[in-house]
Amino acid sequence: MISFSKVSKVYGGAQGVRALDHVDFNVAEGEFVALLGPSGCGKSTLLNLVAGFEKLSEGTMLFDGQAVSRPGPDRGVVFQEASLLPWLTVWDNVVFGPKVQGLMRNEYEPRAHEILKIVGLEAFHKALPVQLSGGMRQRVGIARALVMQPKALLMDEPFGALDAQTRLSMQQLLLEVWQRLKTTVLFVTHDIDEAILLADRVCVMTARPGRITKEIPIDLRRPRSIDDLTNSEFTHFKAQIMAEMRGAHDQH
Amino acid sequence: MSKAESKAGTLVPVQLWERLRKTVLALLLPVTLVWLWQLAGTDGAIAGGALPTPDRVWAAWMKWAFGTSTFGLNPYIGTWTQSLWFSAGRVVYGFAIAIAVGVPIGMIIGWSKLASAMIDPTIQWLRPVPITAWLPISIAIFGIRDFGAVFLITIGAFYPIVINTTQGTRDVDKNWIRAALMMGAGQRDVLTRVVLPAALPSIFTGLRIGLGIAWTAVIVSEMVAVKSGLGYVLWDAYYVGRMDIVIADMVSIGLMGFMSDLLIVSIEIWALRWRRLQSFDA
Ligand SMILES: Nc1ncnc2c1ncn2[C@@H]1O[C@H](COP(=O)(O)OP(=O)(O)OP(=O)(O)O)[C@@H](O)[C@H]1O
Ligand SMILES: [Mg+2]
Repeated sequence: MISFSKVSKVYGGAQGVRALDHVDFNVAEGEFVALLGPSGCGKSTLLNLVAGFEKLSEGTMLFDGQAVSRPGPDRGVVFQEASLLPWLTVWDNVVFGPKVQGLMRNEYEPRAHEILKIVGLEAFHKALPVQLSGGMRQRVGIARALVMQPKALLMDEPFGALDAQTRLSMQQLLLEVWQRLKTTVLFVTHDIDEAILLADRVCVMTARPGRITKEIPIDLRRPRSIDDLTNSEFTHFKAQIMAEMRGAHDQH
Repeated sequence: MSKAESKAGTLVPVQLWERLRKTVLALLLPVTLVWLWQLAGTDGAIAGGALPTPDRVWAAWMKWAFGTSTFGLNPYIGTWTQSLWFSAGRVVYGFAIAIAVGVPIGMIIGWSKLASAMIDPTIQWLRPVPITAWLPISIAIFGIRDFGAVFLITIGAFYPIVINTTQGTRDVDKNWIRAALMMGAGQRDVLTRVVLPAALPSIFTGLRIGLGIAWTAVIVSEMVAVKSGLGYVLWDAYYVGRMDIVIADMVSIGLMGFMSDLLIVSIEIWALRWRRLQSFDA
């Protein structure tokens, strides 16, 4: 579905920051992959390449067998701060995509209603983003990406700005949604628990140069829920990943 | 939603009281000034007749506004509304052109680096030229006619509109644009559905400044280059020694400027109501 081979990204010309260095990386169809790493290691850069927000400097990257040249509705992006359009209501934010794509009303409206129901916001479809809490805003962000029925969902620390409790309920929600829709997900986070809980595979990244140093399959049974955060298998994965990250850190 | 609406929509007595207090406070200074001005005069005049006192001005104004000429043609009886509409019409006309030209150009400059490099320097060079310096050219091209005033208004209002629109366009949150592109929006949709609404707060700042300049421009051009409107009356009344009309005219201009700004602000409040709503806790 997503494949990177020897991809490098250098910001600001030849003398610039080498954010990604010869990255090889694949995501299979229907897979949930978490990118885990410290701040500045290039997680957002990698995701933005897939999204089409940035252009790669070297190597090749394919999405669904094709080189990415620009952003598009086949790759739904969920931003850290939701980045909803504040002058539009929840409903108008959600149907923005189908509308600008010129879809027929009767084609997207039932779907939009259903997705708002799934994320639990049907009662708020007339509210403006400022009237929502951070968690609710992020649910709208997820809904507007899902309504386009993307081939992949790209999420850049979507719950990073939320408080611990809201974060848990959002993780639960995402698990439920994903178990239902089985979309390919690329999920950026620097929260180890979150990565293990959600993903089929955790890719650990290091900074300078930005690389993926370790890929750890998480074969916890599905369906999962936030109750899994405390079981022994979970703790085992956590210890493994922490050791990996510490090791990567010590090499510098 | 309903909570936020009731907050914005209905006036509870406390807010009413607050409004009244504000109005009284706002009127205090002008009323005192007018009162002192009245006290300074004797026999309805100040400084040996150079200036009339407020009561004289008021009387002249009322005649100018509501009087009916019984015989002959007195330019200062019953012609106020007409002069007002002449000036206001020109302001609306010129201001509308300035918006129609300034907003798109400002968006293009703010959006495209190439357009910015090509257009912005020229605008910055022309901008320091005061509108009064455009008068000769305006008269040369349009003569002593209506469009000369409209031309000056457009030029005067154009700069603040274009500059603020450019700034507003440049300041649009990058992620809003990315989000729109991600949802399949083309460049035109991004500009009209994202950049324009996002830049609207800045655009309104430009409109308010531009409208102020538009009133200056209309008065200046009517004083020199057009034979009607409040600016023409102002200069003409001075020539025939009607200082009461001069002052009434000045007050009228101030009033019109104030009212038109109020109108813009109301439109702004309505158009940007999404910024003023309070959040409610879920
Ligand atoms: N537009 C840009 N121009 C120049 N350098 C950039 C740009 N974006 C990112 N960088 C640099 O590239 C490197 C990787 O940045 P990136 O945002 O991908 O990191 P990240 O892993 O997402 O970090 P965080 O967890 O803080 O979001 C950093 O050193 C950053 O300073
Ligand atoms: Mg990041």
